[in-house]
Amino acid sequence: MPDASTEMRTTTCYMCACRCGIRVHLRNGEVRYIEGNPDHPLNKGVICAKGGSGIMKQYSPARLTKPLRRKPGSERGANEFEEISWEETFDILEKRLSHLRATDPKKFALFTGRDQMQALTGLFARQFGTPNYAAHGGFCSVNMAAGMIYTIGGSFWEFGGPDLERAKVFYMIGTAEDHHSNPLKSALGDFKRNGGRFVAINPVRSGYAAIADEWIPIKPGTDGALILAIIREIIALGLYDRDFLARYTNSGQLVNQDEASNEFGMMLRNPEGDVVNPLRPHNFYWWDRLTNQPVPDHTKGADPTLYGSFSMPDGTPVKPAFQLLKERVADCTPEWAAEITGIDAATIKRIAHEMGITARDQKIELPIPWTDWWGEEHETVTGNPVAFHAMRGLAAHSNGFQTIRSLAILMSLLGTIDRPGGFRHKAPYPRAIPPNARPPKGPEGVQPNTPLGGAPLGWPETPDDLFVDAEGQPVRIDKAFSWEHPLSAHGLMHNVITNAWRGDPYPIDTLLLFMANMAWNSSMNTSQVRDMLVDKNADGGYKIPFIVVCDAFQSETTAFADLILPDTTYLERHDCMSMLDRPISEFDGPVDAVRIPVVSPKGECKPFQEVIIELAGRLKLPAFTTAEGARKFKGYPDFVINYETAPGSGIGFLAGWRGKEGDKAMRGEPNPNQWEMYEKNGCFFQYHLPPSSQYMRNWNKEYMEWAQQAGLRRDNDPIVIHIYSELLQGFRLAAEGKRAGKQPPDELRERISTHFDPLPFWSPQLEDADTDLKKFPLNALTQRPMAMYHSWDSQNAWLRQIHTYNHMYVNSRTAEEAGIADGGWMWAESKWGKVRCMCRYSEAVEPGTVWTWNAIGKASGAWNLTKDANESQQGFLLNHLISEELSPRANGKRHSNSDPITGQAAWYDVRVRIYPAEAGEPEQSYPQFPPMKPVPGMKQRKMGWQAWFAGRKETK
Amino acid sequence: MRPAFSVLFLTTLIGAGQGLFLALFMCELLAPASVSSNFLAGGSAIILVLCSLGLIASFFHLGHPERAWRSAMMWRTSWLSREVIALPAFIAVDFAYGLAHWTGFGHTLLIGTVGVVMAVVLFICTAMIYAAIKVLKEWSHPLTLVNFTLLGITSGMTLAAAYAGFFAPDLTVPLSQAAFVLTVLALLMRGASLWRNARLTPASTLQSAIGIRHPRIVQKAQGAMGGSYNTREYFHGKSIKFVRGVIVVMILGVFVLPLVLVLTLPLLAFVLQYIGLLAERWYFFAEAKHPQNLYYQGNS
Amino acid sequence: MTQLALVIDLNVCVGCHACVTNCKQWNTSGAAGALTDFNPYEAEPNGTFFNRVQTFEVGTFPNTETVHFPKSCLHCEDPPCVPVCPTGASYKRKSDGIVLVDYDKCIGCKYCSWACPYGVREFDEQRRVMTKCTLCVDRIYDEKLPEAERKPSCVLACPPGARLFGDVHDPESVVSIAIRERAGYALMPEHATQPANHYLPRRKTGFTIRDDELYRADNPHKIDGAPFDRDLPPTNEELN
Repeated sequence: MPDASTEMRTTTCYMCACRCGIRVHLRNGEVRYIEGNPDHPLNKGVICAKGGSGIMKQYSPARLTKPLRRKPGSERGANEFEEISWEETFDILEKRLSHLRATDPKKFALFTGRDQMQALTGLFARQFGTPNYAAHGGFCSVNMAAGMIYTIGGSFWEFGGPDLERAKVFYMIGTAEDHHSNPLKSALGDFKRNGGRFVAINPVRSGYAAIADEWIPIKPGTDGALILAIIREIIALGLYDRDFLARYTNSGQLVNQDEASNEFGMMLRNPEGDVVNPLRPHNFYWWDRLTNQPVPDHTKGADPTLYGSFSMPDGTPVKPAFQLLKERVADCTPEWAAEITGIDAATIKRIAHEMGITARDQKIELPIPWTDWWGEEHETVTGNPVAFHAMRGLAAHSNGFQTIRSLAILMSLLGTIDRPGGFRHKAPYPRAIPPNARPPKGPEGVQPNTPLGGAPLGWPETPDDLFVDAEGQPVRIDKAFSWEHPLSAHGLMHNVITNAWRGDPYPIDTLLLFMANMAWNSSMNTSQVRDMLVDKNADGGYKIPFIVVCDAFQSETTAFADLILPDTTYLERHDCMSMLDRPISEFDGPVDAVRIPVVSPKGECKPFQEVIIELAGRLKLPAFTTAEGARKFKGYPDFVINYETAPGSGIGFLAGWRGKEGDKAMRGEPNPNQWEMYEKNGCFFQYHLPPSSQYMRNWNKEYMEWAQQAGLRRDNDPIVIHIYSELLQGFRLAAEGKRAGKQPPDELRERISTHFDPLPFWSPQLEDADTDLKKFPLNALTQRPMAMYHSWDSQNAWLRQIHTYNHMYVNSRTAEEAGIADGGWMWAESKWGKVRCMCRYSEAVEPGTVWTWNAIGKASGAWNLTKDANESQQGFLLNHLISEELSPRANGKRHSNSDPITGQAAWYDVRVRIYPAEAGEPEQSYPQFPPMKPVPGMKQRKMGWQAWFAGRKETK
Repeated sequence: MRPAFSVLFLTTLIGAGQGLFLALFMCELLAPASVSSNFLAGGSAIILVLCSLGLIASFFHLGHPERAWRSAMMWRTSWLSREVIALPAFIAVDFAYGLAHWTGFGHTLLIGTVGVVMAVVLFICTAMIYAAIKVLKEWSHPLTLVNFTLLGITSGMTLAAAYAGFFAPDLTVPLSQAAFVLTVLALLMRGASLWRNARLTPASTLQSAIGIRHPRIVQKAQGAMGGSYNTREYFHGKSIKFVRGVIVVMILGVFVLPLVLVLTLPLLAFVLQYIGLLAERWYFFAEAKHPQNLYYQGNS
Repeated sequence: MTQLALVIDLNVCVGCHACVTNCKQWNTSGAAGALTDFNPYEAEPNGTFFNRVQTFEVGTFPNTETVHFPKSCLHCEDPPCVPVCPTGASYKRKSDGIVLVDYDKCIGCKYCSWACPYGVREFDEQRRVMTKCTLCVDRIYDEKLPEAERKPSCVLACPPGARLFGDVHDPESVVSIAIRERAGYALMPEHATQPANHYLPRRKTGFTIRDDELYRADNPHKIDGAPFDRDLPPTNEELN
């Protein structure tokens, strides 16, 4: 089109959570081409299948374009709506929310499916005064965050990752394809090209495991046993990095072994030792092997003994933490693990040896002088080139926290934490163990017309940090930070609807869901959750009285809204990948990024951030209101520029181009031209740390001081790795009645005492104990395909051609034994429910596991697909088989089907049996739901054929 | 391959037309006394109709029939292009032949000889369209040429017998006998090709298709679940039962029933033979296993 | 003579389909577009793509390889699709070896696609012409683009860098070096089409452990003592 007007604008992709830099080419105002930004540090020009299909998302007929109200007189769930204006919408919300805020703020619950916007949504919730706020992390991978952060002060996720540039061997355990996906794919490509060895440990060989040099199939949920056996082998052969363990972990710290003492299992404190940080004292003991006596930890010239049993001068029996780890793994032999994992003992030994020998014999030495926190100067940065990566595969089990702690400990044993070739942190991590944000400590933290007395989400350090009432009962609707799930750092979004419906711990009034498909793939036990959403009290009112859904697309969930707020797409909005939230940092320093609109919003779509700013202004939330009581911010872009975490703190949502002139980084006064400066730089800001601050950051003095100055950390004390977790022991002592302060309800004491083990252990998934494994012998898993992001992309005309429906993948032999034909219809049944689906034989799945792609199956008519679309007729949702709660206990109450430590939803624990569908059954997936129809404001879907040619101003 | 109906009609209609021309010319040459000019002119008209219908049918095969003229451009390399030239040329000669008979213009033997050459050329062009596709082993063989030609001539001969039954009764018997002999011959040759094709080993395997040497390779995804051109064009998509039915119709229609009927009821024999030929051509496509199909074996 | 081609590295292709949709988005609004989709929001959605990623399982459990296999026109040196075309719409460029279809000349007879053993031509049912990979001929020569970006869309998109682009007749090009040094192979050599595109096979990096490597003289057990009573191989010291 020679006469077309074309332009190119940069922004940040949001077709998944990876957040690549993109360049959007427009022709006559229409999106012609979205390419990876070659100058962007995250993706360096590459882009994935989803990113390349942004056009079909932008122009999707599933888009909502008008604020909608449930038609008066129609039933919730009937999907009948009428258009209203934004003014009316805000009036409704303002009236309802200001009443709740003035009476009982916790009756307002805000849960967001998408995170990465939590700096704002969390601030809003906190300012509103409701504790009932979280994003989807609870059913995503909070175990990964918590398990590692409580051990090494950082995690995979956006917070750190494998240094594949320098690693020699790489172990990927479980499915981990999604977060940071493009950079990981690129790194894997380079790693393999450079001759690196890639081992995939996974029940299924798909995704990245496809290109692994070795695939080790493992039974789901048994990774912990494997890792403990590897740890044992590493210890048995002396393949651990002793220097690293002695100096940078708590391996040498002495642990009280006096069983009669209330301090049993706690680190011995040295009253004369250097406290370092009174908020988090570091006054421990080592048993110096050179002088054979207890000394303050990190005494110059001392070397801690790692094994043994000693008596302190006062007679207190003590052991070094590492001795306790050694005792813990003594029985975790490869043969023991072989029985559990299905991996033969010889293989377990072999990979342990591989890891240990590589770490020991292929040391990397970089000529980078640095100084550790205790003042010792090091001439080089050394690294052991063994890298790991894991995500949901380990996390989404009820034993995930301890499994992931095992992994972090193994990585520490090999001396690979924040060192070249191993695991590298990304700013703002490493952070203290645990990070400093704390939830309120009790119901008194929730007061009318008052901001919440703490962070809605945080990191409990001791039982006293729990958010419980005097009886030890939860204050949050999702029971996060209660004794049921003490370390639930990301909340338990997966239990919100069930709890609110049951009124346990209390009923709520208004539930605001942002971009969360809670009536479909984001809820376990989907069918019943849908019933709960429409269930009524005896008085005829809904059990959840008011549901507001904000989304850019019509989903299964919008049908259950009383009010629908049409969100914009990522190409139509301002956004921040903020250092206060989850930035896109690189190993060598902080990076944050923004989105800047490249096209104008469709119809009356309004970015959710603008809705939040508008509501905050109307509700006069303090942080959003001037001293005079006027609105402080004109809108979201204005807010981002001018908001500071504290008056004059110089820390805001964006770290780049701060200061009036835009000449300051990380910290500085608000800069009125900050957005323009980001835009000029391709919508990201990158800060390169000097080489001496790029490694060993848990203990790197120069980095610590800089991080504190830059506002990444409150303190600058060292972050010593918790091989032994005294923090967990604190909860166990409370459960055993040995600790003053908050006490768990009696019925939970045993559960807490069992799971809050200061040393990693493996136990079967909770659901196993609850299930007749003879009847339901198989594990059932879902994984996310690389070309689809959750349920987002079935409305995408290009992506849905790649994954139009899903099969259940069954090991060929398993399927044959069950009498199920390849391609035939079958049933998968758990104790909670059943689905009818199509079977696909596979040799790439271990015989005890069946699996399918996540969220390809859709409800009929949802996402503006026709009611006979394959997604609903042949596609299916595994969620129908999974329960959000475990079986009722003796008292009739039910625990969340989650990790008892973190509340991580145990999606991957479900057990099923399979059998063929009978002849004559409909060749259609089960269950089915009444078809949804489009709502007002939605574009007519194109029937027949469609051909996109940008710039013609009409789709042919 | 998925049988293309336009092509089934094209090749069978013009084949019969070409065959009829050869039969008529043979009559003029060998038994000039038994044929009238009107008989030959009428026969030419039938050929004209058959070939024109074939030509029209062929247009339905094209995405852009309005550009059909372009298809004559590449006669140096493309048998399809050559056919595009040869078919109208044959029609023209047939028209001239008929006109010459009808108007008494004469020179019919000369024109007829040109027509015979054109008919043969057209048989070659048509058959070579298929026989020249090296990747389709079922087609890429001299038998394809033999069968297109032989089946065309046979059906034309049967038609000639039927036609003669009405307007040149003297010739009915010899033409029927010729048709009978040709049908037997065609049965042998088509049988030979069926026999050959049933025993073919594909040149390509899944191993050569993706370049991985392992006896067990199973496709799990084709990259598109809602079908594609590749799943539509190269697979007939019919059940084994249906295909068997087609084979039965072919054997009965092209060979068995005409052999029984041609000597007595040649018109019925022709109608049945033509139907049989449609089945034969359908199966000709359906039995051809395209190597691209190796890439389209399974999905999920 | 130049012969442009893609070399696809199966050793690092993770099957993410980036090449598939990025090809689609570049080409649908480009010189080869628009690429039609049928039933975009109905049952059996399908459409024209120049490039697809397929998946194969090789072997039996547990010795299974999952192979992701991208497939597009191979730009054969002796392309069977070209001579059969009756109109000359299907042609191979002398200048760079790219096999193209001139949509204005194509009559949609599909004959070229029958002649191709690879199934890489897709008939666009709406435009009724044959379409295929153009190696993004409308961007690889675009001098308005920086030189590094004058590559096919699929190559630029590919996250693990599994797609190389260059002149296979230039022995020093990245593609020639990759083919030469990493055992690049052609598909279906039996058809003698001489595909310009090549594939690089899987390569395995193994790990060999020799017994005497398990223990080293500086084993920390010398400091810490042996941790468990059983299962202990001898230390180097003891061995000597």
